[in-house]
Amino acid sequence: MGRIKKTFLNGLFNENPTFRLVLGTCPTLAVTTQAMNGIGMGLAATFVLIGSNVVISLLRKFIPDKVRIPAFIVIICMFVTVIQMFMQAFVPSLYSALGIFIPLIVVNCIILARAEAFASKNGVLYSAIDGLGMGLGFTCAITLIGAIRELIGNGTIFGVRLLGTGYEPMLIISLAPGGFIVFGLILGLVNYISTRDERESRREADTSKPTQDGVSVQRAESAEDTKEEAAA
Amino acid sequence: MNDFTKLLILLVTSILSNNFIFSRFLGCCPFLGVSNRVETAAGMGMAVTFVMGLASLFTYLVNTFILVPLKLEYLQTIAFILVIASLVQFVEMFLKKSSPTLYKSLGIYLPLITTNCAVLGVTLLNIEESYNLLFSVFNGVFGALGFTLAIVLMAGVRERLEFSNVPKAMKGFSSSLVIAGLMSIAFLGFSGLGG
Repeated sequence: MGRIKKTFLNGLFNENPTFRLVLGTCPTLAVTTQAMNGIGMGLAATFVLIGSNVVISLLRKFIPDKVRIPAFIVIICMFVTVIQMFMQAFVPSLYSALGIFIPLIVVNCIILARAEAFASKNGVLYSAIDGLGMGLGFTCAITLIGAIRELIGNGTIFGVRLLGTGYEPMLIISLAPGGFIVFGLILGLVNYISTRDERESRREADTSKPTQDGVSVQRAESAEDTKEEAAA
Repeated sequence: MNDFTKLLILLVTSILSNNFIFSRFLGCCPFLGVSNRVETAAGMGMAVTFVMGLASLFTYLVNTFILVPLKLEYLQTIAFILVIASLVQFVEMFLKKSSPTLYKSLGIYLPLITTNCAVLGVTLLNIEESYNLLFSVFNGVFGALGFTLAIVLMAGVRERLEFSNVPKAMKGFSSSLVIAGLMSIAFLGFSGLGG
């Protein structure tokens, strides 16, 4: 039980595919103009991730080592085609919003990376849990980026207007440059938070000369602040 | 408008206003991953240009002469990725035999190209835009040139950045993404160019 929980949380936090491993950047940048697109893309990728992890884990003893990558790609592609047809039939508006990035789930590095690093070495149950954790980690990350971009660029989240009508939408955040900048700043913030504990323990051990870390921390903070002020 | 003018417009739009990285977000993984040095970035760009041109050619042929007559269009994704994967494998073997120096300089990037979404992306876009054979191949090559331009520019910036004092938390991917965002704003200035 402990290991299941650990595998699941690993994908969600410790090795979050978007923020920690920085994999699958293309869909992360491209579809996050709205929070809803983020959820759609994330769930589609989660489905593919669970399916391909389970099948690859079942077949791991039969796939020869030399042709494993093409074999993985074909298996992944099968699930992508399934979800593509499903979305085309049942959620056509989301399908057209995500466009070319649905078939491009095939070449999303997260999926191939998990197949190679986890599913080809572990049992079915753990592979499924790993797929679920990684998929949800990806979903949460891109939904968060989508929500931020939608809020700043359009004043809404999930289509609900949060900022008053007097708010002048900042279009650049919805356009291509906003994707890069918002993702970059969030990544910096995540790095900052995740290394804070480490820094604090080091500072306590070494109180006599805390200069270097202290300075860089302050700089990181002021950089974030100025960027956010500029954005506001 | 004759074909030549159309091709010229395609060249300008796919390099500047519809750049693969800065406006379509295709091929971001190698863009962030192998843009540490200008030489390696240029090598990657060359390899991608080569494969994208060939991939556009072969996927067009596969689609027109095999998938469409047999009404198997729903197999496009799977057929195209197999074409790309085998193409990359073939190019690798061919280069190894015929031009060992080029193989050495491109060698490590070739396998990476299979999972470069720009390659699969351009083949799917060709079908979506219903380009003919000539335009498909040129769309692939021009798109890849845009990718090469982006990745070489990025590598130039990152080479300088290596020695500057970046906040610790912003090092690596984080600062690269913000820089890419600023470059993307510059490329936004070209939008509307070439219709």
